[in-house]
Amino acid sequence: MGVLNSISSYIATDIRMAAPILLAGLGLLLVNWSGLLYIGAEGTMLISAFAAVAGSFYLGSVWAGLLFGMIAGALFGLIFAFLTVTLRANQTVVGVALNVLGASLSATLNRVIFGVETTIAKIDTFETMAIPGLSKIPVIGPAFFNHMPIVYLAFLMVPLISFFLFRTQQGLNLRSVGENPRVSDTLGINVYRTRYTASILGNMIIGIGGAFLSTGLLNFFTEDMVSGRGYIALAAVIFGKYKPAGVMLAAMIFMAGNVVSNILQVSGAAIPYTFLTMIPYVLTIVALVVFASRAVAPNALGKPYKRG
Amino acid sequence: MSKILEMINITKCFPGVMANDNVTLAVEAGEVHSLLGENGAGKSTLMNVLCGLYRPTFGSIRLDGEEVKFSSARDAMARGIGMVHQHFMLIPTMTVLDNCLIGAKDAGKFVLDRKTTAEKLTELIEKYDMKVDLNAKVGSLSVGQRQRVEIIKVLYRGARILILDEPTAVLTPQETLELFEMIRSLTEHNFTVLFISHKLNEVKEISDKVTVLRQGCVTGTYKTDDCSVEDLARLMVGREIDLSVKRAEREKGEILLDVKNLSLKNAEDQKRLLEDICFDVREGEILGVAGVDGNGQSELVECLTGMQVASSGEIVYKGQNLRKMKTREIMSNGISHIPQDRQKTGLIMPMTLVENFALQDYYREEFGKSVYLNWAAVTEHSKKLIKDFSIKTPSELELAQNLSGGNQQKVIIAREISRHPELLIAMHPTRGLDVGAIEYIHQQLVEQRNKGIGILLVSTELEEIMKLSDRIIVMYEGKIMGTVKPSDITIEEMGLMMGGQALESIRAKKAV
Amino acid sequence: MIGIKKRGKKNNTQGKSGAQQVLVSFFATVVALLLGMLLISALGFDPVKAFSSMLIGSFGSLNAFAETLVKMTPLIYTGMSFALASRCGLTNLGMEGQLYMGALAGTAAGIYLTGLPAAIHIPLTMLAGFLGGGLWGLIAGSLKVRFGASEIITTVMLNTIAINFIDYMVNGPMIEPPGINCQTPPVQDSAILGNLIPGTRAHMGFIIALVFVLLFWLYLWRSKPGYEVRVSGLNMEAARYSGINTNKNILLVMFLAGGLAGLAGWNEIVAVQIRMIPSVSPGYGFDGIAVSLVGNNAPLGIIIGAFLFGAFRAGGNRMQIMAKVPNAIVSVIQALVIITIVASQMVLEKWNDRKLQQESGSKEEV
Repeated sequence: MGVLNSISSYIATDIRMAAPILLAGLGLLLVNWSGLLYIGAEGTMLISAFAAVAGSFYLGSVWAGLLFGMIAGALFGLIFAFLTVTLRANQTVVGVALNVLGASLSATLNRVIFGVETTIAKIDTFETMAIPGLSKIPVIGPAFFNHMPIVYLAFLMVPLISFFLFRTQQGLNLRSVGENPRVSDTLGINVYRTRYTASILGNMIIGIGGAFLSTGLLNFFTEDMVSGRGYIALAAVIFGKYKPAGVMLAAMIFMAGNVVSNILQVSGAAIPYTFLTMIPYVLTIVALVVFASRAVAPNALGKPYKRG
Repeated sequence: MSKILEMINITKCFPGVMANDNVTLAVEAGEVHSLLGENGAGKSTLMNVLCGLYRPTFGSIRLDGEEVKFSSARDAMARGIGMVHQHFMLIPTMTVLDNCLIGAKDAGKFVLDRKTTAEKLTELIEKYDMKVDLNAKVGSLSVGQRQRVEIIKVLYRGARILILDEPTAVLTPQETLELFEMIRSLTEHNFTVLFISHKLNEVKEISDKVTVLRQGCVTGTYKTDDCSVEDLARLMVGREIDLSVKRAEREKGEILLDVKNLSLKNAEDQKRLLEDICFDVREGEILGVAGVDGNGQSELVECLTGMQVASSGEIVYKGQNLRKMKTREIMSNGISHIPQDRQKTGLIMPMTLVENFALQDYYREEFGKSVYLNWAAVTEHSKKLIKDFSIKTPSELELAQNLSGGNQQKVIIAREISRHPELLIAMHPTRGLDVGAIEYIHQQLVEQRNKGIGILLVSTELEEIMKLSDRIIVMYEGKIMGTVKPSDITIEEMGLMMGGQALESIRAKKAV
Repeated sequence: MIGIKKRGKKNNTQGKSGAQQVLVSFFATVVALLLGMLLISALGFDPVKAFSSMLIGSFGSLNAFAETLVKMTPLIYTGMSFALASRCGLTNLGMEGQLYMGALAGTAAGIYLTGLPAAIHIPLTMLAGFLGGGLWGLIAGSLKVRFGASEIITTVMLNTIAINFIDYMVNGPMIEPPGINCQTPPVQDSAILGNLIPGTRAHMGFIIALVFVLLFWLYLWRSKPGYEVRVSGLNMEAARYSGINTNKNILLVMFLAGGLAGLAGWNEIVAVQIRMIPSVSPGYGFDGIAVSLVGNNAPLGIIIGAFLFGAFRAGGNRMQIMAKVPNAIVSVIQALVIITIVASQMVLEKWNDRKLQQESGSKEEV
């Protein structure tokens, strides 16, 4: 039983750790499918992680915090869309700027509001929510059905976004804009509006991922708390071939490495954990090379669109 | 039959150009109506006005006798006018079905109803016998099949009038036959087809009526049965040609460039882009390459300049075979190239004239030893060229993009001629220029020829070709239709060759 | 799909004269500073006090000025790195990782090469730093040429890989005995750069960086290979028509750009840290993007940009102490500078477009 229990707890950890990556990845997926290349997820997650703590602190509810986090994400999405869609500025450069902005603005506000070296402010955080019945199943229950609500939400969003992208008219229109905005335009789709919507909604979802870091996985904000998750999410999108289920799988695999490295550290194995941390990034480069000959990414990704 | 569509006195002006001048066109329901004309005759502009992409400067459009105004392609589509563009508006990574569904607005449905749509589409496909698999990815289809998808897409959206823009340009002969079958079957069901083409035989074969456009004006609308292919050729190109450039007849020079059986296949679909091209260019002659755009001229020049490697054949120049050589090797061997698009490939627009003058020769010793680039030497050279070729510019440090089109072209010509080539390849050297600049460039080319340089001149401007060339080859669908001297050929014969008739068969017919 | 013509990079031919560009950079920086002041006062601080204490922190004394020089030196390198890649039409986001690899290689050369005079040892560490960063950049270059993998994504991934690799090295193979702190032993004395202004931290690395700016200028504007790079960056098709090997250029430029970022890391080792630590760069790699944007990818502009952001970094700490404004606000301003520059460039372009249209429109009427 001991082994089974620890497997169960490893799976639970993997799922919990994968949730923020998954959320950020799904958000990026929407942005990418509209043809926008966004590398600023790290910044969005940071500003949302901070906004969530602030919201939870001031309004006393973690759900208010989540709302704050989503609004902060949406604002980043709006800024990104304005600069890259309306002004047609370089998407990569703007993405870098938003990374810097997210990191520095969250750090500044955190120091101003919560002080530099005071004790951690008590805030409302997410609690685990066991699913009645299912969570009682041995091994499987604790692994899959005893999580925080955001974790369920993250995994529930996989089929939802998949359905949206591949089974609805709006989803098809969105993908056509990412593949060839000129075609969409001649067929009467408003390319600009589609991209604005995708950027704002996508960043809102990335924001949920950020909020979950500071009010779910932890109960405070620190300046380096995202620690590369925005880039891992970007990696998960590419490794997952721009499909929601693929992103989920990638997030689980990437974080499994993390979990394994924890085990290894405990058992004192020979592989240093830093090499395990590299795995997502190495796999993504390998994926880029392997997929290179096939059209996996949306065709118009990163290219500004000008009407007429 | 009733007039389903009338375009009345349509005039469309672009800055400096009148693309359509008082064009009137009347089309009856259920007919195939061709628009025939050379490049730049105004066919595409007229059709873009019709399908809502351009707004006419003057004139009106009537559908079923009712005046309509379109502000977008969507408006036109909503009134039953659908265009099949030469470059397909399809997304290759998606299925045929999804391509037909993009942007569909079925009463605000959120979830895609693929099943019902598929049923409707299958009905269409069976009705017109189009043989397309709805679940295939568009990227896996042949060009002919993709075109069918475009037609299905337009039909599904409720088009009654189909505009086909040069539909056969990308098709094999077999696919063309199938397309014609489809067009006939569509008109049997009372669809109206506007067929844009420069191919005489096809126009003659498929259409009920033909409207001929020349330099933005309508030459006339005729019943196809009343015209012969020869009539159409004359209507399309017929005009007085001014042969005023004075040039001395020259002794036949030595062969400089000898192209033997050159062929090029498209890697993607094995379509033959060049087929068995044979010709030679001699010292001191201008060999004109005539033909409508897109008949293999740019591929030919790319093969000659090392930008592409021909699939088979030989390009012999000074005893060497250039076929597999790199561009730099070819260009440093006494060949100069005036590329077809001065802004995209000939110049670096945001760079200064000095930097542009360096483009072909910067690596030579005279412009700096080893890796050092001696701008003083280049500047000296540039100043001389600006003076010699009377290029109008405030200084040699002006950016290329700030010059007029004519002066930009002069920069390229000065650069290429100053390299003292033995062979000069010039592609569309006067495209889009004003009369004065054209005149100047023509003089330069003739002067170079008189000095003994061999020139390969590719142009779609018939006057230019007839005026300048010592000999002419006419290209059609990657093949040479004939090699002639300008003095031995009538305009009508030229038109026939450009429209796809080989010289021998034209002459044979005449002899009968 | 049908055509076989190679698709060329569509280049931006919008006219931006040098003077216009300087105005854009200046205007955008001023706007960003004003926005920064607005934010500072919105947070309840005195913006004038904040900026004056920042100015004192970066220029108020010889020491402060020296600190500005220290902070701007790595920024000169990373700014050049981004600028060089941009001049070839590439986006190098991997400066941070290249910097780390350069620092590591420089450290290794500094520690393990012993018994050399400084005149030989320092250039050797420099070479090692350049190679460390250059080879790391070359990976992204060859992935692009060989497989068409976008350098934007691969360089971002390579950043994290490099930083993790450094983490491993300073915690494992290169850790300073007995292994309490995660840092390497110090480099040999013979590898350490001399002082520039006695009594301050300003070091000779600054002068070396300026020499590299000169080399950067000579390369791009006075040499044949540099001309090829600029032609490829502005018009890939025209470059191919003239017979320039554009693939070779991508490889070379990614190597050189990586090498320049590597030198930033080398500089930090032999002049500032003396040893490799995991936090050798507080984000100098990403700062390079802002530096090169402010400087419009031009040598003098890069020096000005590095000076600006170096002064920010140097003065930020004093501002935090004196005006109690968190020094992270410096990075906020930097982000705002990037945003205002790209935004004003695009607005200017749109305005030029409209003017052009109006001109041709009036011609039409005539």
